[in-house]
Amino acid sequence: MSKKDSEYLINRKDNQYEVVIGLEVHAQVLSESKLFSTSATKFGAEPNTQVSLVDAAFPGMLPVINEFCVKQAIKTGIGLNAKINKRSVFDRKNYFYADLPQGYQISQFKDPIVGEGKVILDMPNGQKEVGIERLHLEQDAGKSIHDLDPQNTFVDLNRSGVALMEIVSKPDLRSPDEVNAYIKKLRSIMRYLGTCDGNMQEGSLRADVNVSVRLKGSKEFGTRCEIKNVNSIKFMQMAIEYEANRQVDLIEEGKTIDQETRLFDTKKNETRSMRSKEDAHDYRYFPDPDLLPLEVSEKFIEELKNDIPELPDDKKKRFIEEFKLSSYEANILVSDIDTAKYFEEVVAKMGKNKDIKLAVNWITGELFAVLNSKGLEISQSPVSAKNFAILINLIKNGTISGKIAKTVFELMIDGDKDPQKIVEEKGLKQQSDPKALEALIDKIINDNREKAIEYKQGKEKLFGFFVGQAMKASGGKANPQLINEILKKKL
Amino acid sequence: MSDITKQSLTELVENIKNKKLSSTDVTKAFIDRSEKSEKLNAYITNDFTSALDKAKKFDQKPNLDLKLPGIPMAVKDLFCTKDIKTTAGSKILNNFVPTYESTVTENIWNEGAILLGKLNCDEFAMGSSNETSFFGNVQSPIDKNLVPGGSSGGSASAVAGQLTPVTIGTDTGGSIRQPASFTGIVGLKPTYGSCSRYGIVAFASSLDQAGPMAQNVKDCALLHEVISSYDPKDSTSIDFKRNHYSKELTNNIKGKKIGIPKEYRVDGMPKEIEDLWQKGIQYIKDCGAETIDISLPNTSYALPTYYIVAPAEASSNLARYDGVKYGFRAKGENLIDMYEKTRSEGFGAEVQRRIMIGTYVLSSGYYDAYYLKAQKVRKLIKNDFDEAYKKVDAILTPSTPSSAFKIGEKTNDPVSMYLNDIFTVPVNLAGLPGISIPAGHDAKGYPLGLQIIGKAFDEQNILNIAYAMEEKINFKNKITDWWIK
Repeated sequence: MSKKDSEYLINRKDNQYEVVIGLEVHAQVLSESKLFSTSATKFGAEPNTQVSLVDAAFPGMLPVINEFCVKQAIKTGIGLNAKINKRSVFDRKNYFYADLPQGYQISQFKDPIVGEGKVILDMPNGQKEVGIERLHLEQDAGKSIHDLDPQNTFVDLNRSGVALMEIVSKPDLRSPDEVNAYIKKLRSIMRYLGTCDGNMQEGSLRADVNVSVRLKGSKEFGTRCEIKNVNSIKFMQMAIEYEANRQVDLIEEGKTIDQETRLFDTKKNETRSMRSKEDAHDYRYFPDPDLLPLEVSEKFIEELKNDIPELPDDKKKRFIEEFKLSSYEANILVSDIDTAKYFEEVVAKMGKNKDIKLAVNWITGELFAVLNSKGLEISQSPVSAKNFAILINLIKNGTISGKIAKTVFELMIDGDKDPQKIVEEKGLKQQSDPKALEALIDKIINDNREKAIEYKQGKEKLFGFFVGQAMKASGGKANPQLINEILKKKL
Repeated sequence: MSDITKQSLTELVENIKNKKLSSTDVTKAFIDRSEKSEKLNAYITNDFTSALDKAKKFDQKPNLDLKLPGIPMAVKDLFCTKDIKTTAGSKILNNFVPTYESTVTENIWNEGAILLGKLNCDEFAMGSSNETSFFGNVQSPIDKNLVPGGSSGGSASAVAGQLTPVTIGTDTGGSIRQPASFTGIVGLKPTYGSCSRYGIVAFASSLDQAGPMAQNVKDCALLHEVISSYDPKDSTSIDFKRNHYSKELTNNIKGKKIGIPKEYRVDGMPKEIEDLWQKGIQYIKDCGAETIDISLPNTSYALPTYYIVAPAEASSNLARYDGVKYGFRAKGENLIDMYEKTRSEGFGAEVQRRIMIGTYVLSSGYYDAYYLKAQKVRKLIKNDFDEAYKKVDAILTPSTPSSAFKIGEKTNDPVSMYLNDIFTVPVNLAGLPGISIPAGHDAKGYPLGLQIIGKAFDEQNILNIAYAMEEKINFKNKITDWWIK
């Protein structure tokens, strides 16, 4: 597993500290309607336009479980290689807040829908297994808006009652990099499953981060602090970094760490105490009497299992075996479902005589660069997989050189043009007629007699000069391989 | 006109169907009497004007195939009624007008009934005397300054006083059966899951059930038939085959086995209650049924169990009344201050007491000792009934340990008030149906009731037993109209 030299450790004088991290990820279930009501869940709708009487907790209103959300949670559990609990119970978590209309959140406390599971991370120095403690379903709260009015707080209940999956990891993570990999893996799995869109900007994925430190080699856990509601991987990493160092400093000063809940201030890059263990809410959990225990049959679970698509780990394995890709290449292609989809479509469109390595290089090179510079997702790629495949084939069969292909690619971006047509219209077809090239090279050697003699006397570097001249003379269209061969012969 | 209000629901339906009476006649009669009955304080909100309009409209195009054709009816103010203020007897909902209708009342209007108004009740149905209502006590038609019982006190008073032909109440620990017993009427608490809880202001979700209150068993059966329905909007609603309770009603209970639980003979129970029970046993035998002594060993734990489970659920159910979204809001310095002032001013003393008890029993460190233990005992109580039903078809008990008491007599003694529910709460804890029928009078001439407890979903059976006994008992309620000038 992980090599010693890549361990994330915090050094102080003679002491080395290990950081122990566990995450509680809140993933919004991808669903048209809420967990216990039929209201819509669209992001960014006008405030309070997606609120039913149930969401606003009107008197006598009752929750009714949304079966689709249950399926989504079970699918996610299957994706996490986890135990699916045939019987789970919804509890009420009681607390008062202006954006919590019921005065309680319906969640699962003792009996979650999904039990223990695991996730495999691909770290630079090997694989790492992270344990999943549980996954449970719960309602999201509304949103309090404090900055619209000096006197009043406004409440938007659009999010109130939206289904969340809380995925609790075991304290198996040891560095900010592992946290990064873990979140990305969870996101990837859920996007493959279609159970969460993983959009962190829209708050579909956020996490509470539990951090503790201990002397390297120690078996016991230190006192942990929970950093609430961090909504980007970068902030998670910064928060962990800050918090771990803070805890180490306290220990080094001979002080103790208080178990508490902390907030991460993204502007000051520091964590701040929010409430101590003593001030912790007593949530008075108890089974929600408005809902019967949730029972699912073996058949129900089996049907969902049959519905599970190929997940990133399996896809990676297949890519390595079927396309002879390196583990690194496969990782890049499978980590995002849309990249994998694009790649597989390109492979399919390339037909029989395909060069998969070339396609991979072009996807991870040219295509990614264009997407990056334009700020686009691969699903919004300006070049379709079909035309991309044609381009790769044009290179492969020698119609154009790699260099010309870059020019063609530039032209394809605007309006997803057919590369074949571009090559024809612009006359970019590679010159592969040996006679024409020989004539061209004869002329160059003639024009540069002195250099030709120097080359023959041993100045081998000059070979490149002749290649360059030949390419220039052909307008870049000459087949570089043929040029090489002819030059060697003639010089 | 006065004799219209003396008619039973069954008679009124018949007379409207035979066109001997119009809906307008009937509605007018009940409105007139209701208007003369302000002293009872049975109504919180009346809707008389629009009731008359609806009656006239009904008469223009009467649909006589309906089960409650043009029948006016007032209902407990715990049922949300569209566009009509719904208070649950509380200041905190004093200005609350729902935009929606409870399933149970919807069922009633769908069968042709017309809303007369909303009836007084204990605040959030928490009380046994209707004295905790923000809108004041309800007087019993039986006697001046006598409580009608609670929490469906306004409902009981309105039926006994003939301000409405029948009504619906809700029963969490006896809130239909106890007031029915105190006012000499019939009240049925159906099996948990029989009537939808959708749109009923919640008290204790695992115990609350709506049910009919009527002058006689047949009316009760008819109304139950209307209100009981499977409702996907209530996850605890149960999809079972429901009878045509009124059509299938029979007084033939020959060969039925009726259990007499010895644990219901409690310390300090007045002799007249014991005598009434013995009379009931005799009536059962007179009907050709058999009585069998049974034991429900965990009965004595029912009341303490109930007073843990019900407040626990209530403390959470009532959290939504926070001044943020609807209802009463007090001004506060900040959010917490607003919460505190809203809830201290908006809730009455009994509701606050139960919220505190409920919060306490759910608190970490106390949960296991109280709430969890209570849930276990609840299971034992249910097991007791399951065991008993291996031997008997139904169980006969007194409805209450005493007759009605005077207003103010028990207000400062909550425990003695809670003891009123001693015979009714086990039924709610076990989720069973129970019916109270008037069976006699005490020395003061106040009504006394007997309770018949059935198997789950076996409402037809207890209605039949009640129907057979009713005939033998031949109870006459002594209504003097003392409150009418």
